[in-house]
Amino acid sequence: MHNLFHIWVYLQPQPLLWLTITLCVWELARAVDTKAGHHALSNPTVMSIFITASLLLLTRTTYQTYFSGAEYIQFLLGPATVALAVPMYANWPVIKRNFLAIIVSLTAGSMVAAGSAMLILHAMGSPRMVIISLGPKSVTTPIAMGIAQNLGGNPSLTAVFVMITAMFGILVYPAVFRLARITDWRARGLAAGVAMHGLGTARMLTIDETAGAFAGLAIGLNGVITSIFLPVMITLFGI
Amino acid sequence: MIRALAILLLCQLAGTVLQQAFGLPMPGPVLGFVLLVAVFLYRGGPGVELRETSQGLLKHMGLLFVPAGVGVVGELGVLKQNALALIIAIPLSTVLGLVVTGVIMQWFMRRAGNQAGSADA
Repeated sequence: MHNLFHIWVYLQPQPLLWLTITLCVWELARAVDTKAGHHALSNPTVMSIFITASLLLLTRTTYQTYFSGAEYIQFLLGPATVALAVPMYANWPVIKRNFLAIIVSLTAGSMVAAGSAMLILHAMGSPRMVIISLGPKSVTTPIAMGIAQNLGGNPSLTAVFVMITAMFGILVYPAVFRLARITDWRARGLAAGVAMHGLGTARMLTIDETAGAFAGLAIGLNGVITSIFLPVMITLFGI
Repeated sequence: MIRALAILLLCQLAGTVLQQAFGLPMPGPVLGFVLLVAVFLYRGGPGVELRETSQGLLKHMGLLFVPAGVGVVGELGVLKQNALALIIAIPLSTVLGLVVTGVIMQWFMRRAGNQAGSADA
């Protein structure tokens, strides 16, 4: 027992331990998701975050220690974002034909999402820093953190809001699409990309390639559009 | 696979250099993505290797968000203080965003009389 404790003390601060745990938890979550027939409640990303965060709290491991291993995974977000060019190119003719529709729907949806979220927080008396950190919550994590930093928010809080938003979106999108009678895969993909960025794209890619391409397209465009309208919106709302 | 990774990282690097050089609001990887689309349009689509590596990476994109998501453990205090407002604001705004984007986009698609992308369910 004494030896086991020593091994733990040795391994705990090393990248190897938490990198391995993150990958194993992911594989476990994927197995559960497959068993559950890709149910909305069995999303592997949400499950992995839940299990890993619980492990950190239980073992009193700091996020910094965890991140020294997990950063190798986070690094792959960069090349994965670039890799979105592959489905985008495959769907280029469809995207080109619908460019105006895409820009209008995306801007409207993005502004409604950011505006309503910030107004509710403002009305309920949350501090300015929290309101600004929530503003870019529908944008993909690296862009959202940059926007929050520029406007005086807290980037790591923004990263958490981005994740919570995406996780909530993943849970409710099948019901929302059904109730709002959104059946078109292009509309579904675009909406998923606007509301829950990369996580929505990841989900759409596993269901329908066209939806995945529209979701991927929404990520980049939403980042650019939000970085333009958010400062104006904050001034207009008097936040 | 390594060659494909090199191509993806090269695009990301070029994007990051552009972003730094011109102080653009878009991050490096997003510019890299734009660059790669431009290359495909100019020179034709990806080869087998790049296509397969990209699809492999995208298939596991869900994993890549885990580290940022686990960051929730560091922000529990602020989340608790603003819990009620956030519990109302995040779900409501997310549903509104989904509905507004989806409904407008679908309206455009139907108006164009093009139902090719429609799902059965």
